[in-house]
Amino acid sequence: MNTLFDKIWDAHVVQQVEDGPVQLYIDRLYCHEVTSPQAFQGLRERGLSCFRPDHIFCMPDHNTPTHDQDKPIEDPVSRAQVDTLEKNAKEFGLTYFGMMNPKNGIIHVVGPERGLTLPGMTIVCGDSHTSTHGAVGAVAFGIGTSEVEMVMASQCILQSRPKTMRITIDGKLGKGVTAKDVALYMMSKMTTSGATGYFVEYAGEAIRSLTMEGRLTLCNLSIEMGARGGMIAPDEVTFAYLKGREYAPKGEAWDQALAYWKTLKSDDDAIFDKEVRFDAADIEPMITYGTNPGMGMGITNSIPTTEGMGEVEKGSFEKSMHYMGFQPGESLLGKPVDYVFLGACTNGRIEDFRAFASVVKGRKKAEHITAWLVPGSWMVDAQIREEGLDKVLAEAGFEIRQPGCSACLAMNDDKIPAGKYAVSTSNRNFEGRQGPGSRTLLASPLTAAAAAVTGVITDPRTLL
Amino acid sequence: MKQKFNIVTSTCVPLPLENVDTDQIIPARFLKATTREEKFFGDNLFRDWRYRPDGSLNTDFVLNDPTYGGQILVAGKNFGSGSSREHAAWAIAGYGFRVVVSSFFADIHKNNELNNFVLPVVVSEAFLQELFDSIYADPKMEVEVNLPEQTITNKATGKSEHFEINAYKKHCLMNGLDDVDFLVENRGKVEAFEQARKY
Repeated sequence: MNTLFDKIWDAHVVQQVEDGPVQLYIDRLYCHEVTSPQAFQGLRERGLSCFRPDHIFCMPDHNTPTHDQDKPIEDPVSRAQVDTLEKNAKEFGLTYFGMMNPKNGIIHVVGPERGLTLPGMTIVCGDSHTSTHGAVGAVAFGIGTSEVEMVMASQCILQSRPKTMRITIDGKLGKGVTAKDVALYMMSKMTTSGATGYFVEYAGEAIRSLTMEGRLTLCNLSIEMGARGGMIAPDEVTFAYLKGREYAPKGEAWDQALAYWKTLKSDDDAIFDKEVRFDAADIEPMITYGTNPGMGMGITNSIPTTEGMGEVEKGSFEKSMHYMGFQPGESLLGKPVDYVFLGACTNGRIEDFRAFASVVKGRKKAEHITAWLVPGSWMVDAQIREEGLDKVLAEAGFEIRQPGCSACLAMNDDKIPAGKYAVSTSNRNFEGRQGPGSRTLLASPLTAAAAAVTGVITDPRTLL
Repeated sequence: MKQKFNIVTSTCVPLPLENVDTDQIIPARFLKATTREEKFFGDNLFRDWRYRPDGSLNTDFVLNDPTYGGQILVAGKNFGSGSSREHAAWAIAGYGFRVVVSSFFADIHKNNELNNFVLPVVVSEAFLQELFDSIYADPKMEVEVNLPEQTITNKATGKSEHFEINAYKKHCLMNGLDDVDFLVENRGKVEAFEQARKY
């Protein structure tokens, strides 16, 4: 009567600390340049080495510019942070995929596509979107830098066992409704803290029908409901995706792994601490109107009013409306947009570029729109070119930039100017997230493409 | 940093907003540091709320209001949501806060505070609301946070609540120990685990 989460978690418990947390063994530690330097420094101060260096993979992504990556990074502070990761990886004997290495990209895109992320693993990274990797059937979660140091020092982490939640989505998704819309819909229903304290398993017909890319998008956004992580039981879609990937097991090792992976599912009588059900038919293309990802709505709906809100809630809501320049009760359809961003660990995969291209094909980018199309990795970039999507996009007036986190969080040159509206496929619409004063509307690649060619917020179903 | 924690009695800084995310606590452009300089992070705590876009002080923001001060930050529910950046905890500690009180914390940030000897205290919605009322009625009002007893007391009303913390972490905080110390001591158990595991 175990859940998928229980099976993986229990298989990694080194010990239960008395009246305390669990000492959990970690199979993979991913490190990027932002949240690792102080952990390496901590090791140095304690005179420690990395306990299991072959379990740790490093790559820069947050600071990397999305153009001219063959040249040194112009911003000296960004350059120093990226150089520090390279030096640390070398000093501690860790695998490093630097800029311009064909294996480089956003860590949450690279892990699965290289087969480093596998079913049954425990995976951590100093990054809340580590939840992405749960899509293959792994227990993956974001941690702080002190915790990164713990894993480097011992290949373990001390964690309290989270509660379990199953979110089941019955039925089939409608036309123009993507994994991103499913996630934004769930967040709008559950709020940004609705799953805090829980590890979520996604189930149901609508989830099973998602491609691997869609599943990665969905699990990526688990943290935006506050969940510790999200996961999907591995199935034929997962196995077909992983087979032949560079770091995935081969030959006999593959057969053995596969036999184990097939046991990784919640038992029929598994008991979850909480069960939530949604109907796929209720989900339409979504867009956010506020300053947290839970403030989203169906694109044809109107922003809620403050009726019935408590004092603190109302104050927070009004602050958000003021920041966004929106009025409670208004519709967003037809509102002008300034920027469109396709990319990030949420929607920077090949399927996202296919979706975007399907809308802009035969159309032209609206003149006043600045569009940043940023593949999640060099592997995605290569696939885009192989499939000829680069030509479709170029004909419509779009150029493809070089891989990285780009405009998701304003740590590189790609920043949305103050007061400007951006329809973004990234994961957060917090105040200033895409640059001080920037106004973010989160949406799917289809909705982003619709805005890019019409110049205004548009229901993508009208263009399909 | 590793400052032993016992009892903190202090005035409070009220921040009656919900879902305060770590991007607000410390914006991403301040995450490029490669060292743990708490003063740098503390100076940039709530940077874009403390300063206007032109760099001038935003005197409407509570940290710039001399009426309020102290070692205890009191915030609305779901404090610390979003990014896992531990820099947010460094900023809170660097500014001089030793306790954050809320009715609800985001998981990763809560751990980050604990790992930096900042105590997240979870109270009931009713206690939190009354605490805001007490602070606004008398900004000099003090709150006692007693870790050994696991109690928080609103000295204006005399009301106390018990708060949860596991015995292991409480021991660490009270004795200035951290998890790396513990884990390194237990490396032998990790080796045994690795040899015994089947997958």
